Amino acid sequence: MDGLGLHRRLEANAGLLTFGILVVSAIGGLVQVLPSVFQDSLVAPAPATRPYPALQLIGRDVYIREGCSACHSQQVRPLLAEVRRYGPYSRAGESAYDRPFLWGSKRTGPDLHRIGGRYTDVWHRAHLLDPRSVVPNSIMPGYPWLERRAADADGDIARRMRALRFLGHPYTDAEIDAAPAALAGATELDALIAYLQGLGASAGAPPR
Amino acid sequence: MRYHDPVVRVLVFCSVIWALVGMAAGVYLAAELVWPTLDFGWPALSYGRLRALHTNAVIFGFGVSALMGTAFYSVQRTCHVPLALPRLAWFCAVAWQLGVAAGGASLLAGWTGGKEYAELEWPFDIAIAIVWVSFGVVFFLTIARRAVRPIYVSNWFYGALIIVIAMLHIVNSLAVPVTLSKSYSLFAGAQDAIVQWWYGHNAVGFLLTGGFLGMLYYFLPKQADRPIWSYRLSILAFWAFTYSYIWAGPHHLHYSAIPEWVQSLGMVMSLVLLAPSWATMVNGVMTVAGAWQKLKTDPALKFIVLSLAFYGLATFEGPMMSIRSVNVVSHFTDWTIGHVHSGALGWNAMITFGTFYFLVPRLVGAPLRSVRLANIHFWLALAGTMLYVLAMWGAGVSQGLLWLALDDIGELSFSFKDIMASMAPYYALRLVAGLLFFAGAVLMAANLWWTVRGRRTVAVAPPSVADAASAMRGDA
Repeated sequence: MDGLGLHRRLEANAGLLTFGILVVSAIGGLVQVLPSVFQDSLVAPAPATRPYPALQLIGRDVYIREGCSACHSQQVRPLLAEVRRYGPYSRAGESAYDRPFLWGSKRTGPDLHRIGGRYTDVWHRAHLLDPRSVVPNSIMPGYPWLERRAADADGDIARRMRALRFLGHPYTDAEIDAAPAALAGATELDALIAYLQGLGASAGAPPR
Repeated sequence: MRYHDPVVRVLVFCSVIWALVGMAAGVYLAAELVWPTLDFGWPALSYGRLRALHTNAVIFGFGVSALMGTAFYSVQRTCHVPLALPRLAWFCAVAWQLGVAAGGASLLAGWTGGKEYAELEWPFDIAIAIVWVSFGVVFFLTIARRAVRPIYVSNWFYGALIIVIAMLHIVNSLAVPVTLSKSYSLFAGAQDAIVQWWYGHNAVGFLLTGGFLGMLYYFLPKQADRPIWSYRLSILAFWAFTYSYIWAGPHHLHYSAIPEWVQSLGMVMSLVLLAPSWATMVNGVMTVAGAWQKLKTDPALKFIVLSLAFYGLATFEGPMMSIRSVNVVSHFTDWTIGHVHSGALGWNAMITFGTFYFLVPRLVGAPLRSVRLANIHFWLALAGTMLYVLAMWGAGVSQGLLWLALDDIGELSFSFKDIMASMAPYYALRLVAGLLFFAGAVLMAANLWWTVRGRRTVAVAPPSVADAASAMRGDA
């Protein structure tokens, strides 16, 4: 039977057509995506990479909530210009505790993967509340409401850490028990700044 | 026995509403990039949250409602039977609208999983999966009960849309819930990136490309009143498309920390994808050939033919941008935004507009209220899309090159702040472009509203048993 005849049978049988579509569209995922999902070395933490402490974890979740990754990447490419501008390029193990990953797809603002320690907490505070107070031409929006919300406003930090521990993040019972106290008195703005200041801490020197 | 067209009418109506909501949000975002204090310190209007509403309203509100409506319309007519399980079809239509509305509100409230084009949190992910499977049951059961033997090509594409999106959505949404509004992805870091772009790129592939090709294969021949130019080419293009698209995702992750072979494979398969994409375009253009005179008088056909041109442009540009040495310039810049919008405005929105101008008068058995207004819409849409794409090309290419520029001693030539500040004129142009496009969509909404107002949906019966029998023997 020629190919056209074969196809006439396929398109006269809804079950066969459905099955065909499923098989043909699944091949790419099975060959290309599935191996990566089982490649442990991709998510083996880099030497200096640790699970986020409670305050940074809340800060990261604020970063996700406010959609910061719509404009900021966290992925320094191994290009001379990028390493000069931002610092050591990003490696897989540095994102081992990132759920979801926040590499981003757009740089309306600069990459933030190596932002930690570049500016003072005071600068970040002023910048996040009113970006144009420190960067006159900035088109970033301000986030005044972060200053008015407590870091533990949702009261679920222990649940968050336990969910992550379920997924393999090595939090100890002591760390989880101490988490609410670690957030005491802090605002979401403090948490976000703590997260930003921690970005790049695991960079170290680029591998030789 | 009558076709179930009222559900189609409701889906078209909702699709138009979502088009207006999603495009208005887009215009507002464009304005925020010109005047960054336009959010007035109000979280729900903040750029990061509003952007998710924009993408979700246009893709899942406007796009999916249009696809569901046209799939229900065309599957009945190509199978010569009314929808199977019409109540389930109503459930799909209504539950989807409620899901998008509540989901949109949740995005403004800050509920987000943080993955692009899959932002909605886990309760919505489950709801989407249920509605989507129901959509599949109605669609495939209708096909199973068909009165004609061959399954028409538009149904292959709609079928692939339903099957593949279900697979992608379920895998990419796997997460461990913490509270109703918060969950953590089952995948971490580099693995999460690979899974996300397998989803993200193929949501573009099978929804924004494949789904709308289903629309094209039914409504273009109808509107041009000609059969599809090449049946063989449609077979070849369909299977090549279904096989190769799924590999292309990793071109979103060039120069990242995912394995090199995954990036290279993603790039090669993206280039391969040009072949089936253009095969379909050629098939479409050749189908219209010989009916060119209709373009002078028929706004619906004008939109559909123009959408084919933008389809060709976007499916050429995409593979080019997947080449690593091009991607090194284009990645992270507004060029990507321009590329997406040449597809979303030029292809998806235009073919949907054309289809609605064809479909809505037929649903109510009355002529379009104003052909003149539809023609004005056409030129607004074309001008808006061109201006948008040109502005973003200008912005993107200059960003990409300036970021990479080094001077004689290897130091950076320009600061990030200076490059960002130089984007202002492009961003202002983009706002104007968005306004033009949006204005056109408002004209369409009014035109369609005046067309259907006060009119009942026409009851259409499937062809008689004798016709169906002759069709089954293959002599019709």
